[in-house]
Amino acid sequence: MSNPSEHMGGIVNAGDLPDKPAPISTEGPVAWMRDNLFSSPLNTLLSILALFLIVWTVPPALNWLIFSANWAGGADACRANTGAACWPFITARWEQFLYGFYPAPERWRVDIILIVLLVGIVLLAFERTPLRKWIALLMLVPFPIVSFILLYGGMFGLPVVETSRWGGFMLTLVIALSGIVASLPLGIVLALGRRSTMPVMRMVCTIFIEFWRGIPLVAVLFMASVMFPLFLPPDVSFDQLLRAVIGVAFFASAYMAEVVRGGLQAIPKGQYEGAMALGLPYWKMMRLIVLPQALKIVIPGIVNTFIGLFKDTTLVLIIGLLDLLGIVQSAINDPNWSIKSVPYTGYVFVALVFWVCCYAMARYSRYIEAKLHTGHKR
Amino acid sequence: MHNFKSIATAAAIAGSLAATGVASADETLDAVKGNGSIQCGVSQGLPGFSNPDDEGNWTGIDVDFCRAMAAAVFGDPEAVKFTPLSAKVRFTALTSGEIDVLARNTTWTMSRDSDFGEFVGVNYYDGQGFMVPKSLGVASATELSGAAVCTNTGTTTELNVADYFRAQGMDYTVVAFEKADEVVAAYDAGRCDVYTTDRSGLAAQRTKLSAPDDHMVLPEIISKEPLGPLVRHGDAQWGDIARWTLNCMINAEEMGVSSENVEDMKGSDDPGIQRLLGVDGDLGSKIGLDNGFCANIVAAVGNYAESYNRNVGPDTPLQLDRGLNALWSDGGVLYAAPMR
Repeated sequence: MSNPSEHMGGIVNAGDLPDKPAPISTEGPVAWMRDNLFSSPLNTLLSILALFLIVWTVPPALNWLIFSANWAGGADACRANTGAACWPFITARWEQFLYGFYPAPERWRVDIILIVLLVGIVLLAFERTPLRKWIALLMLVPFPIVSFILLYGGMFGLPVVETSRWGGFMLTLVIALSGIVASLPLGIVLALGRRSTMPVMRMVCTIFIEFWRGIPLVAVLFMASVMFPLFLPPDVSFDQLLRAVIGVAFFASAYMAEVVRGGLQAIPKGQYEGAMALGLPYWKMMRLIVLPQALKIVIPGIVNTFIGLFKDTTLVLIIGLLDLLGIVQSAINDPNWSIKSVPYTGYVFVALVFWVCCYAMARYSRYIEAKLHTGHKR
Repeated sequence: MHNFKSIATAAAIAGSLAATGVASADETLDAVKGNGSIQCGVSQGLPGFSNPDDEGNWTGIDVDFCRAMAAAVFGDPEAVKFTPLSAKVRFTALTSGEIDVLARNTTWTMSRDSDFGEFVGVNYYDGQGFMVPKSLGVASATELSGAAVCTNTGTTTELNVADYFRAQGMDYTVVAFEKADEVVAAYDAGRCDVYTTDRSGLAAQRTKLSAPDDHMVLPEIISKEPLGPLVRHGDAQWGDIARWTLNCMINAEEMGVSSENVEDMKGSDDPGIQRLLGVDGDLGSKIGLDNGFCANIVAAVGNYAESYNRNVGPDTPLQLDRGLNALWSDGGVLYAAPMR
């Protein structure tokens, strides 16, 4: 590297000049806005409209939700300021919204299950967790059984808590999770059955799927809760929650079966033939070759069904089970909280809880998809 | 043929099972005692009638009736399980045996009494009324000609309004909504001049208005809505238990027996009070209960006035005067058959 001053006839720079900043029209916030917001007259118009919409809706919404909302002081404070959200209503009742009518001295049982569930899900979400397979197995088989024993009681000196006292978010989780855990394996079996070459098997599965898919969930729940007991002898009684959970699980498994069948049909015939050529028997072929590919394809569909199922649990309101939405609706009717802002606050709270749960499921499915997206990467 | 036979047998078995389900209805009391609690169907939340409070306990007039039945049967007002029911499923739940008694602000009508169950009395006399802003300057419903009326769709309230305005020869326009919250919001926003529903409902919804004091309920009542509990057909004893639970609470008020003085009243010389509280006579055992069943009810839940004042009375947010629900001796229509 020579010194520029050594040259004759002026200064010549031997090295590279430092880069000049890019023209303002190609970089920076102004350029970004030009590219993305104002690239054509139509886009400009739409951007301005959207901006107006945001200015028009977001500040009042934030104001209602946060800035002028009532945060403390109970019902009287809310009655004095009805123009904004009434959060004391939620804080006064959050235990009811979470546990329903579960007796207060026994609530630690619910807490334990919620904590184990949360820890389990977090551990399973990270790939590097040691013994991940074993944790998954524990969460899928013994955990639901232990949860049920813990929640219902009647064993190991735990007092019985009848299912009629279950409610709130806990009930939503019980119904949704049992539906989710039961519907995936059942749906896979039904999908395989429907594509089976055995005519009786195929017919039974098809009828099952088409029956449950063809009736509304409300009708299923209604039949399960009020019609079913009419057909039973008087001294035989099934728990109402159990009936509802079975109804929800069958209903979801029919949808799941069709989602999985879509995946099975997307697998080229060569895969089946290759597996058979290797001498794999039917179940090994399905387990090792076909299902891993098929399920990978339909992850969005599966999660879609899960999210739908999660939100459909609110329909149990119709048969008198007070899930999260139901318990908030009945709380709104407490005359002590009969204030204009309380119903809106309650519904916003329910929407928020459901959105968080569903969005978490959606994000997790995106992550799994990205991780398994090995064969068809574009 | 063999197949047909087995199907026929199965059908016969199913039929006989259904038949036993109905026949065993006269043993509701035994079944309830076996379960250790009464299954009571209530609403999913109606202010003052049945709603959970902050601690998760059910409260309300209908809830108190169920607790009173539990006190009558078990001596324990907590021996009752509440099943919240929507208006649609309430009668099916009763006939299917899912619940033992339905106390869900249900209007006693002839068709319901014959189709779904046996009404055992009236625990609240309601009726449809009108609410108007005071600024409208109206003192009576007869001055409402040309008004825009807010109400719920597809209910009897809509039909009652139509009948009333036609009978009075007045014009009106209906502004109808699906849910009560929407009706209140529309009325509050000034989209109509009048809000009509049951008067107990008007009182509850009024507190949700921006300025409750600027509105008034007009004196006219345009429909009869006697709300009462009901039980399944075919079990006379269980029906009697429900009926005399209600009558006990009303008679206790009439005789001045309350939860505070019930122990002292047991020493009363009045033969009526002695019979009411089971000190004398065997009234309780005639319906399969303890003779002191009424004393248990009053001690645990209170008399009718206590229940009324606790749940919907002037000191509650609903602020409902006794009105029709006062005793017959105080100008109301509450008139319980004597217990003797």
